[in-house]
Amino acid sequence: MSKLSREQILKLATLSRLRLTDDEIAKYQKDLSSILDYVERLEAADTKGLEPTYQVTGLLNRTREDVVVAQQATPDELLKRVPRTHDRYIKVGRMI
Amino acid sequence: MTEVWGSIGQLVSDVQSGKKSAQELVELSLSRIKEFNPEYDAIISILEEPARKRAVEIDEKLKKGEKAGRLAGVPFIAKDNFLVFGAETTAASNMLKGFVAPYQSTAIERLESEGAICVAKANLDAFAHGGSTENSDFFITKNPHDKTRVAGGSSGGSAASVALSLAPFALGTDTGGSIRQPASYCGVVGYKPTYGLVSRSGVVAMASSTDCIGVFARRSEDVALVLDIMSGEDTLDSTTIARDSSAYTDLENTVKGKKVGVISEYFGEGLDAQVKASVDSIIEKLKLAGAEIQEVSIPSIDLALAIYYVVVPAELSSNLARHDGQRYNYSAPDFKTLQESYEQSRSQGFGAEAKRRIMMGTHVLSSGYYDAYYKKAQTVRTKLINEFKAAFERVDFLVGPVAPTTAFKIGANEDPVAMYLQDILTVAANLVGIPAVSIPCGFDSNSLPIGFQVMAAQKDDRALLGFSKGVEELLI
Repeated sequence: MSKLSREQILKLATLSRLRLTDDEIAKYQKDLSSILDYVERLEAADTKGLEPTYQVTGLLNRTREDVVVAQQATPDELLKRVPRTHDRYIKVGRMI
Repeated sequence: MTEVWGSIGQLVSDVQSGKKSAQELVELSLSRIKEFNPEYDAIISILEEPARKRAVEIDEKLKKGEKAGRLAGVPFIAKDNFLVFGAETTAASNMLKGFVAPYQSTAIERLESEGAICVAKANLDAFAHGGSTENSDFFITKNPHDKTRVAGGSSGGSAASVALSLAPFALGTDTGGSIRQPASYCGVVGYKPTYGLVSRSGVVAMASSTDCIGVFARRSEDVALVLDIMSGEDTLDSTTIARDSSAYTDLENTVKGKKVGVISEYFGEGLDAQVKASVDSIIEKLKLAGAEIQEVSIPSIDLALAIYYVVVPAELSSNLARHDGQRYNYSAPDFKTLQESYEQSRSQGFGAEAKRRIMMGTHVLSSGYYDAYYKKAQTVRTKLINEFKAAFERVDFLVGPVAPTTAFKIGANEDPVAMYLQDILTVAANLVGIPAVSIPCGFDSNSLPIGFQVMAAQKDDRALLGFSKGVEELLI
């Protein structure tokens, strides 16, 4: 049983930029532990000599000409969707 | 389920010959949506005005003797994670509620450039996380065969739409079974192509190494026509692969002489007896029709779900990092620092399942756990791929059930692992990147549909659709 501690859940929440209620912490402690229990069966698989797969169709990096191509999404349209702007900048909260 | 539309090929030729108009087809679709949607909740938004406008344009083109495309006037429904220019795209999430697409997804663009008309956006599990649409942040889609049961998911709204004949076809996405499982539960054809065959530009990303765009329809022929138009390389999606030089509509349509492998691991414990009986009976019919049936073992397939629930959360936790409350849509109103704004926006905007998966993904990618979980899972994935390759050296197609049971009752699977087990027979095709289809093959004693799954080797999409058409003919 790979039980995750309350501290581990809090650390994951911070890394994930999530703020959890006490109920959520308890719930995810239970849920994530049971999912981890399920996936632990991978450990026993013999993978000697095998490399991990990250891409299934064998494509390699694709390059293109470094030129500006007009897109349907214009800067003005994109800025309309920004919650807070200042002139044509995205405005955010203070860092510290 | 009554058939309203007939084949898409026939519809298009009727529109082109003037026997039917695009406006009539759009009105029929809109009226069916208004009639059935209040009961089944398949649809999130209706694109009434733009759809009507496009229908008028197509009818005018045809009146002038101009060509209106290979899907002239055909209405369709897109899962609400496809960006349709100028229309709301929510991914059924509070996070993206009210988000108006600033550009068009390539799949929609290709279909519309051939005259198809997007009439509505369908419900899903929020961000496509789930197998029942119960995780939609808005409402639960009901199964057209029994309103107390789920339509499946995550593309449950699209599957129910086609089952209810709201439109002749619908688009979905399939990351681990999200087209095939709801197709099976709703009794329609659900097709997931080879990974990379259809551009994902403009579709809300879930897991980048397994996400696929596919089609729901009443028959494989209709799927082939839609796939033929959507598929192929796209400069906006660098993971796309070249399509076949010949048309996907050029179907061989036979099962005779085909080598068919029955995946023995798919008939183990947990498979409902009636689902098994129905799938067995199709296999028997295939044998009588001249297919060569053999049993095939893919031992690592029993590990597919475990691989999936490491790899997919890892990838989606990265993809969902973009929803930070700063650049678009939901943003928590109260905060002091940027960090707090991120945390509040994400905590309020994401639902329980998204949070669970983001944290799971973050865990398996975090320092100290990466090798044990993520790298190990991706290595077992290689093993699974090798076993599939070996199998396809012996057989043309692999077959089995789509889901272990028929549609379950709303609220019946509350435990996350029990819910994840719904995907146990579908995830392998995504991890391996091969095409797979769900074909309706019968009903259980509750009159709930059962699906038959067929998979083919990578890029064998045309062969798979031809075989699938052959299977359909055996069932008539």
